[in-house]
Amino acid sequence: MSPVFYLISAMTVAGGLAAVLFKNTVHCALALTVAFAGLALLFLGLDAQFAGFAQILVYIGAVAILVVFAILLTRGSETPKDSVYSSNWPAGLVIAAGVFAVLGWAVLQSVRFLPNETAVPKVTVLDIGNALVGRYVLPLEIVALLLTAATIGAVIVAMHEKEGAK
Amino acid sequence: MTPLAGYLMVAAMLFAIGLAGALTRRNAILVLIGIELMLNAANLNLIAFWRYGPHPEALTGMMFAIFSIAVAAAEAAVGLGLVISIHRHAHTTDLDNMNRMKG
Repeated sequence: MSPVFYLISAMTVAGGLAAVLFKNTVHCALALTVAFAGLALLFLGLDAQFAGFAQILVYIGAVAILVVFAILLTRGSETPKDSVYSSNWPAGLVIAAGVFAVLGWAVLQSVRFLPNETAVPKVTVLDIGNALVGRYVLPLEIVALLLTAATIGAVIVAMHEKEGAK
Repeated sequence: MTPLAGYLMVAAMLFAIGLAGALTRRNAILVLIGIELMLNAANLNLIAFWRYGPHPEALTGMMFAIFSIAVAAAEAAVGLGLVISIHRHAHTTDLDNMNRMKG
């Protein structure tokens, strides 16, 4: 475990915590970007260059921008006068802590059985492309259909309805 | 602690943070942010198992992560479209005030 890993992990977890805890919604979106960037760096540390750069492109380039647009369109940047947390937040916190306890316990219990291949996988973008149009071509087509349907659906759902128009 | 266990612990932390955010915040957009964090934690697990598991050249975990990123992008687009639509209808994104099935 290198110091770089600890540094990037601390940045990612801090970004995630800030995204959940900040009062101002725009600040939350910016902290979310930090968490996404940390995750991309973690992917690069795992020798998954393609996934790392796809993470930067899709999450920082598209999802974070979408979130900021949604915040500005819904005027969510105004901090509410009363609490930013829902009325039953203790129950949510207990559930999250319980889930983390179970996951952490499971990881620590299974450390001895986890695989630990030290050889760096030699996978190029060409290999990934060949796999995408070879063995994984059906999932690729389904994802293409899903993305088309989701885009059309999002536009139709968010489209402004004129009064009385049918 | 092996490297894989370290990555799994980071992913577990991110998942728990995302779950806490999704369950405790009132703003619908921040609930979506929590869900995105949870999806990303799962992606980190997939990539970590791909890297340290046997046969990385089969690309199974990598492909799972790439498709998961694509599906998460679609989910974010539809989710935020729904939030904008609800805001236009009810003039709020506060989930505590959205307690009616009938508009």
